[in-house]
Amino acid sequence: MNAAPIWAAFRQAFAEAWAGGAGALLPLGFLGGAAVLVPLGIGTESSILRAVGPGIIWVALALSSLVTLERIFQADAEDGTLDLWLQTGAPMAAIAAAKTLAHWLAAGLPLALASPLLALMFQAQASLDLIAHLGLYALGSLAFFFWGGVGAALSATVRRGGLLISIIALPLYVPTAIFGALAMTGGIGSDGAPMLLAASTLFACAVAPYAMAAALRLAAD
Amino acid sequence: MWSAFANPHKFLKFSAVAAPLFYGAGALCILWGLWQGLWIVPKDEYQGGDIMRVMFIHVPAAWLAMASYSALAVASFVWFIWRHELADIAAKAIAPLGAVWTALCLATGAIWGKPTWGTWWQWDDARMMSVLFLLFLFLGYMALRASMDSRQKAARAGAILAMVGAINVPLIKFSVDLFTSLHQPASVITADGPKMAAVYLTPLLISGLGHGLLFGGLVMTHMRTEIRQRRIARLTAQALEG
Repeated sequence: MNAAPIWAAFRQAFAEAWAGGAGALLPLGFLGGAAVLVPLGIGTESSILRAVGPGIIWVALALSSLVTLERIFQADAEDGTLDLWLQTGAPMAAIAAAKTLAHWLAAGLPLALASPLLALMFQAQASLDLIAHLGLYALGSLAFFFWGGVGAALSATVRRGGLLISIIALPLYVPTAIFGALAMTGGIGSDGAPMLLAASTLFACAVAPYAMAAALRLAAD
Repeated sequence: MWSAFANPHKFLKFSAVAAPLFYGAGALCILWGLWQGLWIVPKDEYQGGDIMRVMFIHVPAAWLAMASYSALAVASFVWFIWRHELADIAAKAIAPLGAVWTALCLATGAIWGKPTWGTWWQWDDARMMSVLFLLFLFLGYMALRASMDSRQKAARAGAILAMVGAINVPLIKFSVDLFTSLHQPASVITADGPKMAAVYLTPLLISGLGHGLLFGGLVMTHMRTEIRQRRIARLTAQALEG
């Protein structure tokens, strides 16, 4: 197997994600902006903010994956890069996975890394839990990006595809959102939640690349 | 043997007879079920009194919601592997009808839930959430098909999405099941046989059968329309060329 195209796809996607203006700061600004609106919208009561904080961060992660993924395959389909990827002979699923991973590194991981700061803004107690939560956010957002990637690949040739991605990907985000929330709130049935979150993310990483590959072959026709 | 069903001519012949039969039998079953449900069966105070009579629509709608998504996934799979055009025509017909029954299930559930449980909607109820996400899967499928610029592309994209959705349904179901549920546990299909009294069970099953027949009839009518539309498109193209 020729791995060079896969590495090239990874670098291309990573460079694109960083180069488009402010790089990783742009999605970070999006997350920060969305998060800052919440106390203004629902009131500044500390106990309320502490309760909704983790959920708001999950929602912001899901939204930012949808926003940044809109162009991930669309540009390739428009300028012919996609046809070249298909001709390299490297497995399309691996190329799609590499591009998605690059986007997550540029737009998903920085948000997860910033999550302790945001949690503090939402009046969370400063503790090592915040670092554990950082790991959960990183893990969960990876699943968001892979399922969002399926939506992006399916709508690669659709104008205003961004709206389509969200309605396609929303039901697929459900397990991650539920396991993630359970793992943090520690309610009933939350004992295995971090493991279930990891399992559902691995499931996304295993299945989504093949769906993306099938969708991209369609987009190239 | 199965590929005989993929022949549009045979399908048109078969459905010309079957669709009216399905409508007639379905109407009879639904009307009998409603008559039994609304006037004959005793009300169950534990399930909210007279409001429990909505069960004879709510439960069949829930069955149909699940069955229609399964049918959509199977049709998509058959089309994706064997490229039988009829399978795609079926998938296209099933999606909007499945969405309607799913919405009916949600609406009747809310109407039943308000007087019985005191709430239209409960966010941590597993079955409500599953059905809601089923509705989203249907809507996403329809939106994706509608946004493709050719029939072939719509079929391929739709099939990929329906299959991705289908393998995610167990995971979605499992994740929402971790939430608590207001619903009673399964009472019709259990290892020890039905737990429901026969006076309720018989009208319920007949009503379910009626909804299934009505659904089948509507799918066939939609498919017949689609086959003829494609034929018109082909004939128009030929006429323009010649």
